[in-house]
Amino acid sequence: MKTKLLTAFAAAFMAAAPALAELTIVDTSYRTGPYAANGIPFSDGYQDYFTLLNERDGGIGGEMINLVECETGYNTEKGVECYEATKGDDVLVYQPLSTGITYQLIPKATADGIPLHTMGYGRTSAKNGDVFNWVFNYPANYWDGASLAVTHILDENGGDINGKSITLIYHNSAYGKEPIRTLEELSKKHGFNLTLLPVDHPGQEQKSQWLQIRREKPDYVVMWGWGVMNPVAIQEAVNIRYPMENFIGIWWSGSENDVKSAGAGANGYKALAFHNLGDDYPVYGDIQKYVSDAGKAAGVGDQMGTVLYNRGMYAAMLAAEAIKTAQEMHGTSKITAAQMRDGMENLEITEAKMAAIGLPNFGPEFKVSCENHGGNGFGAVSQWDAAAGEFKLITEYYQSDQDVIQQLIEEDSASYAAENGIEGGC
Amino acid sequence: MFYREAGDFKTSYSEDNQTFPIKFDRWRYYFVLVVAFAVVPFLINDYWVNAVFLPFLIYSIAAIGLNILVGYCGQVSLGTGGFMAVGAYACYKLMTSFPDVNIFFHVLVSGGITALVCVAFGLPSLRIKGFYLAVATLAAQFFLVWLFNKVAWFYNYSASGQINAPERTVFGVPVTGAQTEPWAAYMFCLVFLVISAVIARNLTRGMQGRKWMAIRDMDIAAEIIGVNPLKAKLSAFAVSGFFVGISGALFFAVYLGAVEVGEVFGISKSFIVLFMVIIGGLGSIFGSFAGAAFLVLLPVLLKNVLVGTLGWPTDIAAHLEFMVIGALIVTFLIAEPHGLAQLWRVAKEKLRLWPFPH
Amino acid sequence: MPEQVIFGMEVFLNGLMAGVLYALVALGFVLIYKASGIFNYAQGVMALFAALTLVGIMEGQVPFSHLINAALGTDLHHFGWHVPAFLAILLTMVVMVALSWVVNTIIFRHLVNQDAIILFMATIGLAYFLEGFGDIMWGSEIKKLDVGLPQGINGLIDETTFKIFDYGFFIDNLDIVATIVAALLVGALVAFAQYSKQGRAMRAVADDHQAALSVGISLNFIWVMVWSLAGFVALVAGIMWGTKSGVQFSLSLIALKALPVLMLGGFTSIPGAIVGGLIIGVGEKLFEFIMSSQAIAGELFGFTLSATENWFAYVLALIFLVFRPQGLFGEKIIERV
Repeated sequence: MKTKLLTAFAAAFMAAAPALAELTIVDTSYRTGPYAANGIPFSDGYQDYFTLLNERDGGIGGEMINLVECETGYNTEKGVECYEATKGDDVLVYQPLSTGITYQLIPKATADGIPLHTMGYGRTSAKNGDVFNWVFNYPANYWDGASLAVTHILDENGGDINGKSITLIYHNSAYGKEPIRTLEELSKKHGFNLTLLPVDHPGQEQKSQWLQIRREKPDYVVMWGWGVMNPVAIQEAVNIRYPMENFIGIWWSGSENDVKSAGAGANGYKALAFHNLGDDYPVYGDIQKYVSDAGKAAGVGDQMGTVLYNRGMYAAMLAAEAIKTAQEMHGTSKITAAQMRDGMENLEITEAKMAAIGLPNFGPEFKVSCENHGGNGFGAVSQWDAAAGEFKLITEYYQSDQDVIQQLIEEDSASYAAENGIEGGC
Repeated sequence: MFYREAGDFKTSYSEDNQTFPIKFDRWRYYFVLVVAFAVVPFLINDYWVNAVFLPFLIYSIAAIGLNILVGYCGQVSLGTGGFMAVGAYACYKLMTSFPDVNIFFHVLVSGGITALVCVAFGLPSLRIKGFYLAVATLAAQFFLVWLFNKVAWFYNYSASGQINAPERTVFGVPVTGAQTEPWAAYMFCLVFLVISAVIARNLTRGMQGRKWMAIRDMDIAAEIIGVNPLKAKLSAFAVSGFFVGISGALFFAVYLGAVEVGEVFGISKSFIVLFMVIIGGLGSIFGSFAGAAFLVLLPVLLKNVLVGTLGWPTDIAAHLEFMVIGALIVTFLIAEPHGLAQLWRVAKEKLRLWPFPH
Repeated sequence: MPEQVIFGMEVFLNGLMAGVLYALVALGFVLIYKASGIFNYAQGVMALFAALTLVGIMEGQVPFSHLINAALGTDLHHFGWHVPAFLAILLTMVVMVALSWVVNTIIFRHLVNQDAIILFMATIGLAYFLEGFGDIMWGSEIKKLDVGLPQGINGLIDETTFKIFDYGFFIDNLDIVATIVAALLVGALVAFAQYSKQGRAMRAVADDHQAALSVGISLNFIWVMVWSLAGFVALVAGIMWGTKSGVQFSLSLIALKALPVLMLGGFTSIPGAIVGGLIIGVGEKLFEFIMSSQAIAGELFGFTLSATENWFAYVLALIFLVFRPQGLFGEKIIERV
């Protein structure tokens, strides 16, 4: 009996390795745990887009895509387990969707030679491709986000915010602390007063923070929240009758989940975005036809058109385009992880390309290069329309303050390079 | 048949009191050691080390540490996550401040620092008992995590507050950082685990261990027969803290490589180590191993069976995983409230008599 | 009056309100601990489960729909009806009673007379199970819970205080409702325990299991009843917190907010849970206010601290415990050799 059990045990561990497929992509999702509400739509969008490519086009360049899903529960240990379990299968790219897991994977993926795409999260200074050879964070990063929020405030005030006050309310973790340094630099440059208000995980109780905001009446509140912190913060803002149009969230604080529970009061809440919203795109017709109606949708299949679903789809689209680029560059349809890296490094997203795949005007145009792995820092502001029940972009894509950010990125990546003895790879 | 004392003659008191009084057990023990040191390192790859062995080894050290406090001395603690964080951050500061010193000593010193912190937070145990103490140690948990998040000195003023383990070597072989070979990381942790287990075993069966157990069974009675509760309780906190600190340092430096305190050393870590101790068996070194194995291996196993073999959707598998673990915990408790170690003991008793009924 | 004092008063009042919400969670712990000596770690998960069930019933969700769809290839989501809040609460209560019965019959009847830590561990197993079960039954996406409770600033208090202090106090309507509900709940529980037959039986069991058994009280019935009561309290807490933040996983973490309350008030006292909640609520909010305010801490100490609430609640409870090791209202611990 004992030996039987042991054999079964060993066999079960070994069973982790699925059959080798053509183009393997791993979706490290989290459909459980404290951040499940955010993880589900992203993962659904990510998977549905690849399913669409398989069903409609027969994969990319004639090669089918093998999508492996691995549940992390936003837990770093499970993230490591997922990475180790799948990395042997010629995985082309990882999209961890967790800043904590990203930090873990940066040295590991670099050593193993597998590209990481941390779209709008992760380590900001990874934009410097000279130091972070295998890590990409295009099209925008946290520091771009901080700067985009300030630029938006500048625009609203005719370019002068000297003496204005901005409060940053943030998740008290690595993720939430990211924008602080940028905002401090910007406050020096533009002369606004910055107040920092950390909220501890999970953020179920924020009365103290919002009472303080009510007392101090800052002109603007910027939020870096995730999970349950978002709906609670927006609810509290509604409760204290804070003017919602002066309340700006990062892109991770701007999904339907976050505003819906606050009802009509949340109308006018703003959030940054680096891609377009809604479901009014030709590609949605195809997803409906080839994926949903065929019963192949990921998850429950009720997330189509939500902000995070679109973001997951956008991430998948960028990965697919990088695969195409790599296939063209190397003249082979069956690319390796190293070729994928080249594809990502030479990725160019143009309006014509996006229109051709049925996503016209979906994201900003950008071009990746060896030195610049982070795009050009273009983003836009979206606003919640409670009556219509949707976020809508209210600005064009505009660029973040590259002077300030580029210098910070240089500093941070240089210190990382020094700490780890990395020499320039470009 | 083989498993009995008969024919195994003891001629001295120390022989009579050895850890494994039965010959078969002794050989089994040596066999496990040989396999662990000389066979496993040649067989393992990245996946086995990072998903199975490292968490198992490191959690075992933490569970041994906590078992001394909870199982032997009876002081329920829910501050383990915070104390592991002390070990991790101490190790990080030492690694970056004294890059020339061998990491082996960094880990040991981190354990020592954690022991001091643990003693400081153990002081209330002299007045507070039972579940009240458990909840009181949560103060340590939350305070320490907050502290490491708040004070930038601890994470060397990095932008996001993450700490990253730089590469360090032992005998020229890297054991931390991305270039680490799986066997090196495994051996490094294994050495610590074996040392910890041997120390813990010998401490707990000696005078110190008896004092702890007297305190556990009834501290007033223990005081009357001459056990100093102050010394006994605080020494338990110190020893426990030492092991927990080592595990925290290894957890950060060898296993994860990059740590964010709130996420990795949060309250759930405290709970999971306590679960290991209770499921494994209070007051048993073997129980610490069994508990760690149960809670580390079972989720991986379930995941691989449900998702890898049966191909279920990952979310349903993850939910089922929770249900199965919960149900198994309850089943074990109903079948054997004293943990896996007691099941093991009962099995051994039965084996001694086997194949004869009496 | 100086500005900071007025602000402090507002924080104080809000702390009281937050304390009531903590106490609501703590009550469930006290009920079960008192009657059966079980430290019920699963109380937070029960609140989550109750809230999930309530939303599920109100929205007419098909339970286990994801599992069924995955297994059978069907496409079920909703029954297509909406149940009014009141009826849904009653139905949820039925589910909670059934859960209590199952929990007692399957788990705790087999663990009578075990050590406290074993019972504690069993509740952890239960918590794991319920966490997975709740999610698999109702799905883990965030859900809006609306049973018609008012939310937002209370205008009357705002205006009145504005007239007096020239600064309108912020009190959330939901908090006021929670306070009233909590007061009613505690009143009802105390009355139930004091005057009803079952309540007396419950207290008898709490005093001495065996003696209660010997005078003909059914332990099983009492335990199922106590767990059901705790389930009811969990439902109320789940409604209050769920209305605030939507129903999702983090709701189960509110148990952590209740632990310092329990410690302070004593594990065995219902009034203790309330008083403890108030002290913790006021203490942590005032401490955060003082320490994060540039005008107070900045002047006095030259530095400010923020996000202190989580640990300060525990430290505050710890300070009280050093002077009263059994909590403020706990039964005095008498030790004999």
